[in-house]
Amino acid sequence: MSDMSYVRSEMLPERAPPASSVGVVGWMRQNLFSGIVNSILTIVSLILIYMVLAAILPWVFSPTWNGTSQNDCREIVGNGHHAACWGVINDRWQQLLFGFYPNGSEGGADQRWRPIVAFALLFVAVTPVLFNMISRRMNWVLLLAVLGLTGLYLGGAVGMIVGLVLLGAAGFVGFKALSTDKEARAAEIEAGAKRLPNPLIFSAIYPFIAPWLLWGGTIWLPIAAALGFVIGYFAFVFASRALGSLIGIIVAVVAAIIWWMVLTSVFANAVDSILPIGLEAVESRKFGGFMLSITIGVVAIACSLPIGIVLALGRQSDLMIVKALCVGFIEFIRGVPLITLLFVASTLLNIFMPPGTNFDIILRVLIMVTLFASAYMAEVIRGGLAALPRGQYEAADALGLDYWKAQRLIIMPQALKISIPGIVSTFIGVFKDTTLVSIIGLLDPLGLSNAIRADQAWNGLVWELYGFIALLFFVFCFSMSRYSMYLERRLHTGHR
Amino acid sequence: MKKSAFLGALTVASIAASAAVAQDASTVDQIKERGKLNCGVTTGLVGFAAPDANGQWNGFDVGVCRAVAAAVLGDANAVEFVPTTGKTRFTALASGEIDMLARNTTWTFSRDVDLKFEFVGVNYYDGQGFMVAKDLGATSAKELDGATVCIQTGTTTELNLADFFRANDMSYEPVPIETNAEAQQQYLAGACDVYTTDASGLAATRATFEDPSAHVLLPEIISKEPLGPLVRHGDNNWGDVVRWTLNALVSAEELGVTSANIGELSASAGDNPEINRLLGTEGSLGEMLGLDAGWAKRAIMAGGNYGELFAKNIGEDTPIALARGLNAQWTDGGLLYSPPFR
Repeated sequence: MSDMSYVRSEMLPERAPPASSVGVVGWMRQNLFSGIVNSILTIVSLILIYMVLAAILPWVFSPTWNGTSQNDCREIVGNGHHAACWGVINDRWQQLLFGFYPNGSEGGADQRWRPIVAFALLFVAVTPVLFNMISRRMNWVLLLAVLGLTGLYLGGAVGMIVGLVLLGAAGFVGFKALSTDKEARAAEIEAGAKRLPNPLIFSAIYPFIAPWLLWGGTIWLPIAAALGFVIGYFAFVFASRALGSLIGIIVAVVAAIIWWMVLTSVFANAVDSILPIGLEAVESRKFGGFMLSITIGVVAIACSLPIGIVLALGRQSDLMIVKALCVGFIEFIRGVPLITLLFVASTLLNIFMPPGTNFDIILRVLIMVTLFASAYMAEVIRGGLAALPRGQYEAADALGLDYWKAQRLIIMPQALKISIPGIVSTFIGVFKDTTLVSIIGLLDPLGLSNAIRADQAWNGLVWELYGFIALLFFVFCFSMSRYSMYLERRLHTGHR
Repeated sequence: MKKSAFLGALTVASIAASAAVAQDASTVDQIKERGKLNCGVTTGLVGFAAPDANGQWNGFDVGVCRAVAAAVLGDANAVEFVPTTGKTRFTALASGEIDMLARNTTWTFSRDVDLKFEFVGVNYYDGQGFMVAKDLGATSAKELDGATVCIQTGTTTELNLADFFRANDMSYEPVPIETNAEAQQQYLAGACDVYTTDASGLAATRATFEDPSAHVLLPEIISKEPLGPLVRHGDNNWGDVVRWTLNALVSAEELGVTSANIGELSASAGDNPEINRLLGTEGSLGEMLGLDAGWAKRAIMAGGNYGELFAKNIGEDTPIALARGLNAQWTDGGLLYSPPFR
């Protein structure tokens, strides 16, 4: 009679989980077929997806890229089949991108490299502002590469040499940047190696380069315009030394405005007659397609943020007149549809201004869209300001910071971080709102789609054009949206 | 304070000065100084104005712009085409942004008188028509009682349609649409039995269908839509230039002057005195207009005479295939009747 009992003395080895709970099968059981209702829903959804794709994909994948007209497409596809006629995109994609920008067909050179370079330089200019993971040297590599490629494209002996030199420099700096890691570079700098200049210098110059590239004309005009800031700065330095800082600011502003209003064009013309350097001038009327959308969108986005911040601060100000002005402006602009403002820009201003005044239509639209975006931006930022705990303001005061320092160091960094999703939503909204300019006869992509349909060969094509336009808009808007998420992660300092 | 007042005064003075300068110069002088004619066109209408893949504008209305540019500046390509929408076209003309408007605009009393424009003539006699599917079996618009009708909202066509159905004691159900492209989709999808708009637009639309022969244009034309170029009040000489350029195109067809034989006819004075006066080999008509003797010759060479322009852009050999109809010469039973060049 022995009392036998069995006690396991060592652990069993782990066994692989059953096949039904891992891998594809497991994932499907868990996520798609976890119950009767879910299984039915999954099957119904799959059928729906199949039906939609079965209808759309044959339409999308049609061999009509080389079709020369709608009827030609129909012949390619064969009678009775409905398929996209991509020939219209093949024929017109350049027009949809560049509008009527000189393409060499009217005689003269193809100028479309200019918007492309302006666009590429835009990225170079904004990277130091937007991303902190790109090193200072890589930013210069980007700039040199863009300029080098431009030189090669423009060709000629000078262009070739300059292009190759710039590309070579880009390659050299790029190689150095890749071959030395962060610590090694830090050590080099410690040991006295020269740092490259801050790429933000280029970002500051870019607003003068881009209009010159797009509109052309003499190079002295943007230089003269930039000189206005220099003059304003010196006026401020001297006047504030003699008369105090408030008068200094006023004198600086007045000096700069006199320079811009009266002397800039005189100066530019005078220098240009001595040393004519410039690009072929392109009128605003030639702008169109995505180039127009991007121009309007970028200017409105870039200008509306600072103006919006000022307006938001003004709205919270204790100074009565400033506050009244800001509130009045914001409420007026927000109370009026953008289309109304565009009509004011395109038609009313024409009537009010003396006949013969040539106030560029795109400039008028730019101003209106910027004002519109600023008002919305101001409210978004005010939301961020309101979300900050009162203690932050009081802490700033307690540290003895003056108003601007408190805003710059304590309030704004937090308020802007809170408002990032709202700010980027406004950006995306503004970018899409640029399509409204087709109402006043500017040929943005949507306006062009109508003009393209007016060609007998493509009359009646709707989906292909709208699909193409939607795709491009999606690319831009989706990138902006992803960037805002990246920025939120980067700035996430763990308050939650 | 003093400074800003001074600046303000300076600005006002300079604007006033520029305005004075602008008003002194006649439109023709301004165009010559600018070297380009600013011509308002539509943002796109099949056959009448459309940019090609290179951004060059073509079409029947565009042809008028080019003829005027050729007459005034000697270069049919010296035109800045300003796309205008139905909403912006009149302010663009009134404000001086464009010198003339050639944008399938119907000549009406109120536009001519109240809006202070001057229609210089008619380059296309249009009218509102109906398109139905052949299957419907209708042969006359009077058989459309109870039909659903696709109609562009906010246009005169909407009012004409209501008038027509009421006058004939019929009922209809409107399907409001915004643009021609939308109308095509709706009509083909069967959302409406009938599509009504200008007859030229209907013909252009039908030409894009997969099977155009399955649709018919009904014979009734229920409105008068004389489309023509216009200028603003205030510079009659400029109005004369545009008017007589258009008349020169019409007369050239009547007189048998084409872009093919114009070189020969204008080389020296021929047997027909009116051709001679038109082409400047006799008389001084160009001088009276403030232009040179060869103005009409250049206008005709720009795109051909009226008949050639018509045939090239909207005529029977194009997909739009419009018959001359009312737009034939008066000698052929149409309405085109240019006053004599004398």
